[in-house]
Amino acid sequence: MIKAEHISMRYFRKTGTANYFYAVQPTDLSIQPGELAVLMGRSGSGKTTLLNMLSGLLKPTEGTVRMDDLDLYSLDDRVLSRLRGTKIAVVPQGRSAIDTLTVLENVLLPARLCACPLHVEAAVKHLEHLGIAHLKDARPPELSGGELRRMSIARALSQGPDILFADEPTSDLDDENTFLVLSMLRAFAHEEKKAVFVVTHENDARQYADRLYGMDGGILTEK
Amino acid sequence: MKNFSLAFNNLIRRPGRTLALALLSAFLSLAVFGGSVMVLSLRSGLHSLEARLGADIIVVPSQAQSKVSFQNMFLQGTTGAFYMNASALDQALEVEGVEKAAPQTFLASLKADCCSIKIQVIGIDPELDFTVQPWIARSLSRGLGDMDVAVGCKVEAEVGEIIRIYDQRCKVVARLEATGTGLDTAVYCNMETMNALLAAAEAKGVSHKIESGDEVISAIYVKVKDGCDIDKVNSRLNGHIRKVTAVRTRSMITGVSDSLSGISRTITLLIAAVWGLALIILLLISVLIIRERVREFAVLRLVGASRGMLGRMVLTESSLCGLLGGLIGVGAAALLLFPFAQLIESALQLPYLMPSAAVILLLALGTVLLAVAVSALSSMIAAYRLSRVDPGTTLREGN
Ligand SMILES: Nc1ncnc2c1ncn2[C@@H]1O[C@H](COP(=O)(O)OP(=O)(O)OP(=O)(O)O)[C@@H](O)[C@H]1O
Ligand SMILES: [Mg+2]
Repeated sequence: MIKAEHISMRYFRKTGTANYFYAVQPTDLSIQPGELAVLMGRSGSGKTTLLNMLSGLLKPTEGTVRMDDLDLYSLDDRVLSRLRGTKIAVVPQGRSAIDTLTVLENVLLPARLCACPLHVEAAVKHLEHLGIAHLKDARPPELSGGELRRMSIARALSQGPDILFADEPTSDLDDENTFLVLSMLRAFAHEEKKAVFVVTHENDARQYADRLYGMDGGILTEK
Repeated sequence: MKNFSLAFNNLIRRPGRTLALALLSAFLSLAVFGGSVMVLSLRSGLHSLEARLGADIIVVPSQAQSKVSFQNMFLQGTTGAFYMNASALDQALEVEGVEKAAPQTFLASLKADCCSIKIQVIGIDPELDFTVQPWIARSLSRGLGDMDVAVGCKVEAEVGEIIRIYDQRCKVVARLEATGTGLDTAVYCNMETMNALLAAAEAKGVSHKIESGDEVISAIYVKVKDGCDIDKVNSRLNGHIRKVTAVRTRSMITGVSDSLSGISRTITLLIAAVWGLALIILLLISVLIIRERVREFAVLRLVGASRGMLGRMVLTESSLCGLLGGLIGVGAAALLLFPFAQLIESALQLPYLMPSAAVILLLALGTVLLAVAVSALSSMIAAYRLSRVDPGTTLREGN
């Protein structure tokens, strides 16, 4: 599915010894369909950086990321963009709503951008599962942080991707919703045989993981 | 299409921003369209004046220079009456270098019971005339019969109507095309009619005869033979005929075209200033908006928009703004220019003739296209920067 070989991310920053530092040290990693992989680690350890590289959002300083047989970072921008709207879905760490669109329109945005058929009912169903169907015609500025988070999860799921990346999908959620989201993601991996990669601080996430990674100072370890 | 609908959506749901941008384009279009219509109107006013003057030299009685200025009659349509002996025409024809000479006789009607309107009446000799006839011919296929009049477009009389001039009943047989000059306020008839009117005026006690015998004329339009020096012919005319002044039409037109080019220059400068200002402001706004929209574009990138799509979206948005603004601007200019054409004309005190509908439409179209182009151009920087937003970095936590 996704296979990363020797990827690293180096940023310029004056440290004691050098002018740069590794946000992510050279790493190999593969993500399998049907599995929920969980990555945990302290703040600033490089989790988001790794996720961005794996999902085609950030070109690594070195190394390659392949999806099936495609080398993501040697693809044409149009092809890679299209992949991002279809086979690869990302729930980013921050706010990611378009304020001029309604919640439902936001959820359908990937399909609209790739000119794929709009599955409105499926989208509404995802919103229902996540408990925000009543907000489908509201605008994002009216929503709470947790509702926005769930909206972007609904957007990622509605995209029907082969692999779903989620960066701190439960950060703004209460326990009940954390449980809901994590079990939905696990169901997506297990029942639909898709790959899911979740970055989280949430200790409870361990018990949902089929594979657990830790990250510290840019170094990835499998637990 | 998806670009278009997204761009359209962005405009609709941010009406304040859209309107602000559109109004800038509207301002630009108003200046460009309004200004060019005015310049064109002045130009064609001048051309039509040249054509109506149509002669190289005009001979008028010496007293006409001091009385109502001949030029004012032409340019502003003030009425005037001055006379010389009709024999001056034959004398003019004798002068070397004169190819054609045609008389005109003027009579001002009164604002009194005997006349239905106060106007300038101009009598022409259909046999000799070479300036007014071609113009009349465009509205009237036959010649002017006795007691027939053709009226300028600003005279309030319809074809078929009978107007009274010194209690003479004249039938309006044609309305003439606009010239944008004082000629539009005059009424035209043949010499027989004019003589009848002169006699009627005389009977009313409006004396116009000088001690000049029975037949009078007011002006002689002279065409100089090809290759002859107009100035020389002019001075020969002045020398040969008594108590007249021969004026080169060029000297009348130069005055007009001088003030015309002055006004044209002012308008052009104004357009350029507005244009420059609008472009700078549009550019500034579009650059300022980049910051505000980085996140939005990062999200679009995240969910599958390519760089090209985003660039095109920005350009589509700004083009639509430009289109809206262009239409508003042209509309506003039209609302100002057309109903107030009279006012503009009298304020400028220059011949002012609106271009044809086709030309105006073309100008309007050109202006709208220009507004679209300027708007799109000014968003190029934004299009470039926003299409290169890095979603990975932008969408990290914190914002
Ligand atoms: N564009 C950048 N330029 C320079 N340094 C960067 C950049 N992006 C990230 N970093 C640095 O790389 C390190 C890892 O950042 P990253 O966002 O991956 O951390 P994280 O593990 O996701 O943290 P958190 O849990 O707080 O989200 C941090 O020290 C950060 O300051
Ligand atoms: Mg992070």
